[in-house]
Amino acid sequence: MNRRTAHRWLRVLRTPMGRAAAALVFVVLVLAVIGPAPWNARADAVDTANILAGPSGRHWAGTDNLGRDIAFRVLEATRLSVGLALAATAIGVLVGLLLGTAPWLLGRRLGRLVTGAVQIAIAFPGLLLALFFAVVFGVGATGAVLAIGLAGAPTFARLVQTLLAGVAARDFVAAARIAGVGRFRILIRHLLPNIAEPLVVNATMGAGGALLAFAGLSFLGLGVQAPAYDWGRLLYDGIGVLYLNPAAAIAPALAVLVAGLALNLLGESVAKGFGMDALVGLPASAHPSPAAPMGTAPPAPESTDDSPASDVVLDVRDLTVSFPAAGGPIRPVRGVTFSIRRGEAVAVVGESGSGKSLTALAVSRLIDAAGRVEADRLHLLGADLREPDSAGQRRLLGSSLAMVFQDPASSFNPTQRIGRQLAETSRHHHGLGRRAAFSRAVDRLRAVRITDPARRARQYPHEFSGGMRQRAMIGMGLMGSPALIVADEPTTALDVTVQRQVLDLLTAIRRSDDVALLLISHDVAVVSEVCDRVLVMYAGRIVEDLPTDRLTTGALHPYTRALTAAVPRMDSPLDRPLPVIPGRPVDPADVPPGCAYAARCPLASQRCRDEDPPLAQHPSGHRVACWHARPEPVHAETVRPASVVETS
Amino acid sequence: MTAAPAPAPEIGADAEHAPVTGASRLRRIAGHPWSRFALRRAGRLLVSLWVLVTASFLMIHLVPGDPVRAALGPTAPAALVAERRAALGLDDPLLTQYLTYVKGLFGGDLGTSILTRLPVSDVVGQRLPATLALAALAFLAAVVIAVPVGVVIGVLTRRGHGRRTEAAFTSGTIVLGTIPDFLLGVGLVYLLGVTLQWLPVAGNATPAGYVLPVLSLAVGPAAILARILRVEMVAVLDADYLRTARAKRLPARSLYLGHALPNAATASLTLSGLILGAMVAGTVLVENVFAWPGLGTTIVRSILSKDYPLVQAIVLVYGLGVLLINTAVDVALALLDPRSTIRED
Repeated sequence: MNRRTAHRWLRVLRTPMGRAAAALVFVVLVLAVIGPAPWNARADAVDTANILAGPSGRHWAGTDNLGRDIAFRVLEATRLSVGLALAATAIGVLVGLLLGTAPWLLGRRLGRLVTGAVQIAIAFPGLLLALFFAVVFGVGATGAVLAIGLAGAPTFARLVQTLLAGVAARDFVAAARIAGVGRFRILIRHLLPNIAEPLVVNATMGAGGALLAFAGLSFLGLGVQAPAYDWGRLLYDGIGVLYLNPAAAIAPALAVLVAGLALNLLGESVAKGFGMDALVGLPASAHPSPAAPMGTAPPAPESTDDSPASDVVLDVRDLTVSFPAAGGPIRPVRGVTFSIRRGEAVAVVGESGSGKSLTALAVSRLIDAAGRVEADRLHLLGADLREPDSAGQRRLLGSSLAMVFQDPASSFNPTQRIGRQLAETSRHHHGLGRRAAFSRAVDRLRAVRITDPARRARQYPHEFSGGMRQRAMIGMGLMGSPALIVADEPTTALDVTVQRQVLDLLTAIRRSDDVALLLISHDVAVVSEVCDRVLVMYAGRIVEDLPTDRLTTGALHPYTRALTAAVPRMDSPLDRPLPVIPGRPVDPADVPPGCAYAARCPLASQRCRDEDPPLAQHPSGHRVACWHARPEPVHAETVRPASVVETS
Repeated sequence: MTAAPAPAPEIGADAEHAPVTGASRLRRIAGHPWSRFALRRAGRLLVSLWVLVTASFLMIHLVPGDPVRAALGPTAPAALVAERRAALGLDDPLLTQYLTYVKGLFGGDLGTSILTRLPVSDVVGQRLPATLALAALAFLAAVVIAVPVGVVIGVLTRRGHGRRTEAAFTSGTIVLGTIPDFLLGVGLVYLLGVTLQWLPVAGNATPAGYVLPVLSLAVGPAAILARILRVEMVAVLDADYLRTARAKRLPARSLYLGHALPNAATASLTLSGLILGAMVAGTVLVENVFAWPGLGTTIVRSILSKDYPLVQAIVLVYGLGVLLINTAVDVALALLDPRSTIRED
């Protein structure tokens, strides 16, 4: 056992369950090994004056039909019960190893036969196999050991096969084979040592299972025969006198239970400690405690100028999103204000972690319950989204707001047909019947240019290509009559030609239906083609809000200019590396007091580091949050690390 | 926003709409993943059936010594043993016996008991209903307990929620799931039957007689199933497609039961197949705890009295049950998660 393995065993022992299980297994093993000597005589001492007595000071668990002490007999039976279980496990592991390695040693054709046989055997429950073998080998302890051992073999064989297949594909095995090392030698030298650890873990659990199975067979009268006795046999005797001395049945039952549980739990803890079991629990999540759901935000003071123009679809003021964390809440979105008019296409751009996706999720009310959304104003088509969840609000969001997510492959429910997933919206929000909703789904699939939509609607998501799925996702949004489509990186997961189709589709829908679009993207090139207006986000705030046509020439914020300069163009000089923005995005858990961009900004002054600039109207016609907002373009090559520049 | 959506304009047009001819439809059916799945599954079922029948046939021949002598005891007259051997056809060549056995099975003939000389099919027909009722009720109870518990705990412990609930639930279900059915049966008999005397502890004469055996069989599997279902639910609730479903603003019922449960159920369904199979075997032990008039008590008695034709037949019936369950689970799995039909080799 190498040091890493030893460390992992230690880690298992540090969990409460692992420690308890290991201690119990240790006690059981000690009893089995050194146990019998002290009470051997007392376990078989016949006391005819005390037949079938209940528990007393002299006989803790009472006596049996010959007046023998049950408690001592249970202790005495430990050796036989544990020994037989271990013997059966050994047989199971051995036969399992033989069957499991056979495909590797015998070559393809014979190997497949063995694999098939194992697969058939494994389909039958172990107890049934054990009964079968118990008949074949004859009733008795030896027969039962063989039966339980062989019944456990297929499970081990399959495990060995699976593990071997994993190891055999590795490079060092291929290398050994090319070097002419024989199959048997590779198996012994290279393969088995690599699968030993999971085998040991499974053998531990197997021993627990064998112990229980043995108790079962003996309890049925098919295992250990009198005068020998194991726990199962004692239980068999005890159940017959249950009304006279219940302890005669309960004591051996408890012994079986404790020993079986201990072995099983030990195996389970070891498996968990070694990272083999997905059933015991999930890895710790990022957000440990629940928080109040959205809508609990205090009512915001009415601002002076809050009558929105009638064609405003989405109106957001001072939106913040925070998550509880160990060192106080972190706020990935810190006061975002913007609005979108009917038919307008607005992009949100920024690096990853700038809060753009969270902004999109927050305005769509899709933030996980752990997150907290607050805003002075959050209106969709005039309805306040800060109000608690209601049927009316769900209907409004469900039919007027369409969402398009980044990865179309994982965004459809794999177990439902596409048509049904689309139809669902209409069934819930518009009261359409099954058939009417389905035909609308077909119609919408046609609207998003899916060929043969009636057939496609009956297909499952995995039968669609990536681009088709994304178009179907857009079609899903069109089931209602959306006023706003929120698309979160809709083309990032698609290849370039398909990207084009999806963007064209979004543009076409916007034009023909006057639908507003909120496009979240990190791709400035995509944005400038599709959108009218761009919101540039940095560290959870909007730093500039400008028309798309000014993006390359009229940007006022140094960050916007750095972003556009980082986009390769047809005329970008090939002999120079593409400019990058120096430094690192701000950690939302640790936002500096002044302008968040100051540390990376070539123009940063002391004021920038002290005071956060507000997003304000600039004389040139759009909003910007910078103390040094200037219209002239700064070329990327002049963007220097902040440390070099020290103005004012 | 209550009005039904207005008819939307056609944005694109069908570019490639090919007419479907008869021949291409036939090809589509033959090459359809469903047909391939059905063929493959039927093939596996047939092979397993053959193995089962052959194993049960060989059973009587693998027993050391003369099975008839063993059954009738060392004091039985040689003439009687010879007569029974001949009646069972044990003196014929092995292949002839095999063919007779298989032919008999097709005609519903499971052989004749060595001891009682009754047709085995009569005995099986008499005892099977009690076992079936027990297994079916126990499985139903396990599912009825596990699904709501697993789903609710899953929703309560979805990421970032209810850590304590999760820890308590996980360790509780691990312990419950490890307790073997017959020991639980003994414990229940002691507690509710002997001490409190609330419920009958033997036989199926009254509906109350079902309570303890069904509970003994159902509790462990229910715990395991609920645990798996919770883990799956938590994973599924975090999936992208659940966010999509939330974006459709569906009510909680259709979110959790319509979208999450079928996805969480695939792993649980495979498991419940194993559980149901194990339950069929588990009835053997539990029936013997509760003196249940089913196949389980009969097979144990037959093994002990070495009435091999009866043992053979009951093993065959149990095996058949397990095979049918496995096949049904595979089909259900394919219906629930269509990818599984393709995923296989």
